[in-house]
Amino acid sequence: MSSNTLALEATGISKTFGNVIANDQINLEIKKGRIHALLGENGAGKSTLVNILFGLYKADSGTVRVDGKTVDLGRPKDAIDHGIGMVHQHFQLVPVLTVAENIVLGNEPSNKANVVDIESAKEKVRELAETYQLDVDTEAMVEDLPVGTQQRVEILRSLYRKADILILDEPTAVLTPQETDHLLQVLKKLATQGVAIIFITHKLREVLEVADEVTVMRNGQVVGSTTPAETDESGLAEMMVGRSVVLRVAKEEASPDKTVLKVNNLCVHDDRGILAVNDLSLEVRSGEIFGIAGVEGNGQRELVETITGLRNAHTGQILIGDSSITEFSPRQISELGVAHIPEDREKHGLIGAHSVADNLILNRYYKTPFSNNGIRQQKAIADYATEMVEKFDIRTPSIETPSSSLSGGNKQKAIAAREFSHDAKLLVASQPTRGIDVGSIEFVHQQLIQQRDQGLAVLLVSAELDEILSLSDRIGVIYRGSLIVTENSTDLDRNRIGRIMTTGSDST
Amino acid sequence: MPILAVALAIATGAIIIAFSGSSPVDAYKALIDGSLSDSKSIGRTLEKATPLVMGGLAVAFAFKAGLFNIGGQGQLVFGALIAGAVGYGITGLPWIIHTPLALLAGAVAGALWGAIPGILKASRGAHEVITTIMLNFVALNMTDWLASKVWREEGVIVRTPHIEESAEIPRWGEIPTGFLLAVVIAFVCWYLLRSTTFGFEIKSVGLNPNAAHYAGISVKKIVILTMAISGLLAALGGAIETQGVVGRYEPGFNAGLGFEGITIALLARTHPLAVIPAAILIGAMEAGGSMMQFKADVSPEITDIIQALILIFVATPIIVRWFLSQKEANELSVSTTWGSS
Amino acid sequence: MSVKESKSIQQVLFSKRWWILTALILVIFTLWTAEFQEANTTAVLAGTLRHSTPLVLGAMCGLLCERSGVINIGIEGQMLMSAWGGFMIASTSGSLLLGVFAGIVIGMMMGAVLAGISVGLRGDQIIAGTVINIAAIGITSFFFSLGRTLPSGKTQVIKLGPLADIPVAGRVLFSNKPITFLTLLLIPTLWFLLFRTKWGLRTRAVGEHPSAAETVGVSVIGMRYFNVMMGGGVAGLAGAYLSLEAVGSFERGMTNGKGFVALAVMIFGRWNPVGAWGAALLFGYASAVQTQFQFRDWLTNDPQFIGIIPFVVTIVVLAGFVGRARPPASIGQPYSRE
Repeated sequence: MSSNTLALEATGISKTFGNVIANDQINLEIKKGRIHALLGENGAGKSTLVNILFGLYKADSGTVRVDGKTVDLGRPKDAIDHGIGMVHQHFQLVPVLTVAENIVLGNEPSNKANVVDIESAKEKVRELAETYQLDVDTEAMVEDLPVGTQQRVEILRSLYRKADILILDEPTAVLTPQETDHLLQVLKKLATQGVAIIFITHKLREVLEVADEVTVMRNGQVVGSTTPAETDESGLAEMMVGRSVVLRVAKEEASPDKTVLKVNNLCVHDDRGILAVNDLSLEVRSGEIFGIAGVEGNGQRELVETITGLRNAHTGQILIGDSSITEFSPRQISELGVAHIPEDREKHGLIGAHSVADNLILNRYYKTPFSNNGIRQQKAIADYATEMVEKFDIRTPSIETPSSSLSGGNKQKAIAAREFSHDAKLLVASQPTRGIDVGSIEFVHQQLIQQRDQGLAVLLVSAELDEILSLSDRIGVIYRGSLIVTENSTDLDRNRIGRIMTTGSDST
Repeated sequence: MPILAVALAIATGAIIIAFSGSSPVDAYKALIDGSLSDSKSIGRTLEKATPLVMGGLAVAFAFKAGLFNIGGQGQLVFGALIAGAVGYGITGLPWIIHTPLALLAGAVAGALWGAIPGILKASRGAHEVITTIMLNFVALNMTDWLASKVWREEGVIVRTPHIEESAEIPRWGEIPTGFLLAVVIAFVCWYLLRSTTFGFEIKSVGLNPNAAHYAGISVKKIVILTMAISGLLAALGGAIETQGVVGRYEPGFNAGLGFEGITIALLARTHPLAVIPAAILIGAMEAGGSMMQFKADVSPEITDIIQALILIFVATPIIVRWFLSQKEANELSVSTTWGSS
Repeated sequence: MSVKESKSIQQVLFSKRWWILTALILVIFTLWTAEFQEANTTAVLAGTLRHSTPLVLGAMCGLLCERSGVINIGIEGQMLMSAWGGFMIASTSGSLLLGVFAGIVIGMMMGAVLAGISVGLRGDQIIAGTVINIAAIGITSFFFSLGRTLPSGKTQVIKLGPLADIPVAGRVLFSNKPITFLTLLLIPTLWFLLFRTKWGLRTRAVGEHPSAAETVGVSVIGMRYFNVMMGGGVAGLAGAYLSLEAVGSFERGMTNGKGFVALAVMIFGRWNPVGAWGAALLFGYASAVQTQFQFRDWLTNDPQFIGIIPFVVTIVVLAGFVGRARPPASIGQPYSRE
């Protein structure tokens, strides 16, 4: 049986970063023509393991055998030469090159003078796309493509290199339910053609649907192997987290009150001058969570940036309370009582080289008691920071530690501590749980509900549909900068949202 | 680490002196003779160090906001010229008004000149490294023109008339009062950056302009203000030089001072107080340079080489992140805003 | 078909209308100030080309580096070191060819220094470049001794047969010195290499998204070292041009800001060799305009105002174009694999 021959075998893989043990004596067997799911929560070490298999990281110890032979995977090129391909979590495509150029990069068809034969490159890509039914326009610029298509380009790139072991790192994180279904079909098809697939995810449903085998990782170790036939969602979840988890957030019925945020016919341009938010209107009331569901890049970022004063509106109106804020600076809007958890923690949420204490007062450093006539009050800052670190359980060696050395979850807690203590009436939370561990996710979710119950108006933007569904009281589905549908969350289900997110239309 | 860099540079300088056929021991002995041997030479060293403290502060201060001001030279000549013009052009004032007035005029001129690259960066995204360098050339031409056409002293030499006595900064024994002024300003900069909310805003913009913007800090305002202050600091150096040492503005004086500011700022790792000893070190080399030529027959340009070597030795580990904590590496990064507005 | 094409030509003309207008005004201005004399016009145009040569070379150095993700602020210093080194070798050996060669090699060595600090050791690229600039001033001042000359004089004009006799255009384009000709060849060559070859595709990928290039087996570090050294070589050629072709001796600080102007030229030319050539001609014209002012006896008593023209133009260009032109995405960021 060909399906039982090993394509790849890793034994005793270990890797440490500083004091953190990312991989501890990992063993993994991947069979030809099978889909092998690698399951674990954020920080479990899945990405580290596959980056080692692809030659991006160097393992401290351990061996990798491909087709029975021990191989040295010092560089990605070695991995490619041994038939290993990888679809990365953050797409590794050059935005300003075409699809064909991206696919052949590093392995270009060319004449003797090293001039790239772009026509034959396009032809080869077209053939591949046809064989595997992965439709792409070879001449399109990658930056103009939707994420689902970009992912197809990544898969084609591996197939172009004749990969028979394909690693996919969290491929469904950025996809709509419909795109995810399509991807899973593609993977099944590839498997029947003999490709061994390593499929990383933390979504249990997908594992059960598509995997032939499952390996579960936790804290850098393999904690178990199983097959979908032998287990179910809660069984997998328990293996993954090490305790039984609440898959849903418990919350009371919302009791919304006055309108806090009102957006009327808003139009906003993106950085390239293209209309990103198109005639969008919405209302968020105090005591409710309004969730915006949608594929990333449909104007969510621009909407959030305009509401928080970081970007100028083109036309339309934004009211916070009774103030029209389209001409306001970020500082003026913050003063009105708007808290903001930004999408990109490292880039926008924190000043990494500043201490935890300074980051905790970043939106209020200029006010009493932290500043007196322009002079910083070190004691008041320290006292406040100590209190916040305790209250929000931020794990840090001291309040003077640079915030860049905290873990992702603790960074997010620090931002949450700052914004939740803002005495705000509106909270704009953008991807508030991206890339943090399950414990911190639970914490942030509970905080959001708690703040809502205390009368805060919350605008929640998230690419995680489950997060939107479980937290929101009302949901708006965004597509190409417009809200297509706005309804109570109880009236919307996954499939309907998914359909609107992908097609912009509510009709079946 | 900075001391090691200086030692390495001096050792390499010795080898170069030896290769050029002179005795390194004699040369360095003469250098020390001319700069540190008695109160008179120490006074000369401090005199040389004064504009260097200011130039170093100008670069270090801008660095805190992530800005690389290499336009110190242009800002300095403007300060020197305007202080000179006010120093001779206004008469009949008591020194208690005239001296600070001339200093202030020079400082304001430098602040305005320094604000230009700040405005260009804030509003148009033009990187200050190129605009400040270009403005150096413009400033040299413009001050040259002003000194030769508008405020020229009668006679063959292109220079402004000597300033009034009431605008002169006196010496305090052998110690130039201007140096004490520079030290006071260094302390002011240090306090401003360490303990004020304005300093916090400057550092926040320098460390992460995106997050500073998110936190409601007006990055554009900080960029313009920081460049203006940086220009003010450099220009004050020029004004003190005019009023305390030269007594008038002469085109071409102090050429190259702006670049020494960079060496000093990096040698001091951008700490405002550490700028003082760094400037004294370089000032001593300049003060002793002529003695070195006189006594040991070594071209005074050897001090240029030693300075370049110090810069290489001190800058290499600074710019190499291995030797630094992440915090320091972030503080010493200016390449992140290149080419984007 | 032909209708469609002619329409697109119209569209092109329309979209470039400001360029065309600027060019027209410059042509008329040039002819007028040259008093409509052929000799004068030729002199101005030849001056434009002459002044543009070191700028376009410097800009090509800059774009070689930046296309692969490394900011090179040290072009000025690289040019100065090469101008000095090339002159010293040429005056010692008596061979101009050897001098030019030495200039290129020194430029490549300076490129290796920049790459070593900013690519190998991952230092800040702008500080590294500034250190090179300052060090170059110190080193060239100290080791230069006055009174040296070139035994064989500077490089001589080569005339390309009858082409060189065509009035104005022929005399400007086909009657030049060797490094100028080499530069005119280098511009399309570099364009072809950058946009048509494997090396070019990989260079652009490395500059835009280094980790993407690395995952398909392209060595980011290797490409950056190579490109920054090649760029240094091109800057070295510009240095050799200054001391061996333009002036015929070495002077302190003779680059006079050209390395920085070249960066503005690179940005104005949108990181494209052909675009950079167009931009360099514009800047070259801003310098050559001096000659014209002399014909008309303008500002001859206030040369300072003419002297600042190229620098002011640089600032204006930077302020007007930086936001609109998109640089390679990864410039300024050190790359490491883990």
